[in-house]
Amino acid sequence: MNPEHILARIEERNPGVLESHHIAYDGMLTLITPRQRAWELLKFLRDDEVLNFHFLTTLCGIHYPDDQGRELCVMYQLHNWPKKVRLRVKTFLPIEEPHIATVTDLWATANWMERETYDFFGVVFDGHPNLKRILNVEDLEVFPLRKEYRLEDGTRTDKDDRFFGRTGNEGRRFD
Amino acid sequence: MNHTIAEMPEGFGGEGFFATSLSKAIGLARANSLWPLPFATSCCGIEFMATMGSNYDLARFGMERMSFSPRQADLLMVMGTIAKKMAPVLKQVYTQMAEPKWVIAVGACASSGGIFDTYSVLQGIDKVIPVDVYVPGCPPRPEQIIDGILKIQELVKHEPLRRRYSPEYQHLLEKYQIA
Amino acid sequence: MEIQSYITSLDSLDGELATLNLGPTHPATHGIFQNVLKMNGERIVSAEPTIGYIHRAFEKLAEHRPYNQITPITDRLNYCSSPINNIGWHMTVEKLAGIEVPKRAQYMRVIIMELARIADHLICNSVIGVDTGALTGFTYMFQERERIYEMYEEVCGTRLTTNIGRIGGMERDFTPAFHHKLRDFLKTFPNRFEEFNSMLERNRIFMDRTIGAGPISAERALSYGFTGPNLRACGVDYDVRVMEPYSSYEDFDFIIPVGVQGDTYDRFMVRQEEVRQSLRIVQQAYENLPEGPYHADVPDYYLPDKPDVYTKMEALIYHFKVVMGEVPIPQGEVYHAVEGANGELGFYLISDGGRQPYRLHFRRPCFIYYQAYPEMIRGSMLSDAILTMSSLNVIAGELDA
Repeated sequence: MNPEHILARIEERNPGVLESHHIAYDGMLTLITPRQRAWELLKFLRDDEVLNFHFLTTLCGIHYPDDQGRELCVMYQLHNWPKKVRLRVKTFLPIEEPHIATVTDLWATANWMERETYDFFGVVFDGHPNLKRILNVEDLEVFPLRKEYRLEDGTRTDKDDRFFGRTGNEGRRFD
Repeated sequence: MNHTIAEMPEGFGGEGFFATSLSKAIGLARANSLWPLPFATSCCGIEFMATMGSNYDLARFGMERMSFSPRQADLLMVMGTIAKKMAPVLKQVYTQMAEPKWVIAVGACASSGGIFDTYSVLQGIDKVIPVDVYVPGCPPRPEQIIDGILKIQELVKHEPLRRRYSPEYQHLLEKYQIA
Repeated sequence: MEIQSYITSLDSLDGELATLNLGPTHPATHGIFQNVLKMNGERIVSAEPTIGYIHRAFEKLAEHRPYNQITPITDRLNYCSSPINNIGWHMTVEKLAGIEVPKRAQYMRVIIMELARIADHLICNSVIGVDTGALTGFTYMFQERERIYEMYEEVCGTRLTTNIGRIGGMERDFTPAFHHKLRDFLKTFPNRFEEFNSMLERNRIFMDRTIGAGPISAERALSYGFTGPNLRACGVDYDVRVMEPYSSYEDFDFIIPVGVQGDTYDRFMVRQEEVRQSLRIVQQAYENLPEGPYHADVPDYYLPDKPDVYTKMEALIYHFKVVMGEVPIPQGEVYHAVEGANGELGFYLISDGGRQPYRLHFRRPCFIYYQAYPEMIRGSMLSDAILTMSSLNVIAGELDA
């Protein structure tokens, strides 16, 4: 079941649900879909007899601060065990309004994965049974994995940033 | 055959009696029968399990009985990273312990935050509780943990009996906002 | 079944349920996680777990460190079997950079990874024994772990958090002492392991405690994203080493043990058999260890030999660039999965061509399957809940990351 078959099947049963697609660096087919149709696409991928992507391997968020209107990306990685095929689905959300439908009704494992994505990036999953912070302290006000927040705790008193080569340009690329 | 189980403190002895000061006798008894509270959070906890096991055997230093209840423990062994979420729990466990109590910070994370210089990790438990001995290492070898415990035993052996009522100690507790 | 009817009649019992805080620091929960249980007498009605008490922000930390400095961070994920995490990370970077590791280095990695798997399963099973009251097995198996630690020390210098291997292979060849220790281990470990096994496998008390404790069906396990021994105990034989072989696993002959019911006894037995299979793999890898270099010829990523650094110009420049993190990493995203001791440990790496990853996400099996814990213990007694938790082998470092 190679990428052409997958794309043909999606076109045949669910036309127009994809925004674009490409093959990632590691050879995995990546489907990009608008956020309103993400749940529909994932349900189709899970339930279709031919495609049968029954296993949700992982779900994470990525922050691209430079793409206006598409800053937050939610990546779903699926796996079809009998045919040994992996697949990635990505949707992009604007940072002012990062809402997307939850997939906890499709896979029970998405529960904590979505809570972690909310905790780190602030993506709000509509319909999630218990969307609160999972790894950080409950009353943290910021979403720490976004690129604008620094790694270290700025209020710490025992380490002098100058000796660690950190002069305030954390989170930037050194190229 | 005479085996030395513990070094005899200074004193005056004769036939059938040995006179020494009360603090030395109590110090000797306390040092060789500490009841530790293993507060093991991460990797250093596994090295502690190895120290407790039969190869490095902590029981020969008197720590046969681990106490998981703070009320009955003497030595709080904090092993592993303490996150900011965990700091109130640690402080509460420390406050629940009865005097006299000692704290040993095992590992780099407990001493100073270790390699995790991040927003969510407490940079050393001495930000919330007073610490007596720090054992560096990531994770420290069992021999190093035993070295730290021997230093604690030295502290316990030579501690004056009225130290916990002294103004300096009260001042230390106030600094950490422990009543 | 009678437990089901017990639970449906409890809906009207609100206000009479006791709330028990199986708090963050509890001797029986090996790790730091909190469970607030609602109990009716001895039976658990519902549980709400809270995690994050050891959240060290690995994913954020990885965005601020060069590629070779991320290996010590991956160590601390599942610290009971840290070589597997290290080598999984090295393989991810090698996949991104397109480095081909020579056969000898691959076999060496397999030996180290299977020893790590044995070490992790030894802890998990001894701890199941401890929680049912059999403390002696723990002390004997920790002696065996000490022997595995000595072998790690020969390879990388440390016992627990190993930082083993380098991008492109291993850091040094196996020393003669390692060969001696490994031969000794392969000869004597099976007997000692069978002693431990005979104490618990057909022990009436152990079987009564563990059979039926915390079962989960295969369908629910798949929906919850279970992988590894917990899923194999439910009857599904998914193993990343067989599904997508990496590092020459296809050369070795081993079976994947599966259970039937998915309860604590099945998880215990699956891990026991996996230890025997891992031993078989180590034996095969060691007997067929090919000759050759122990690292790939990639001076861009792998430190050159010290005599060359002091005499040749190119070696000096490569050494400087590798240490400063200026390695040529292409842009792109990769996902690589290895079979960790708890399941499929995945590394999702997005690189933008710079010295540090743009985003690194760890697919941590402990985090994923611990979600199912409230469902697994509903209706069971408190002591069964404790056993279920220790048989799931939840490692706090991997849970919170």
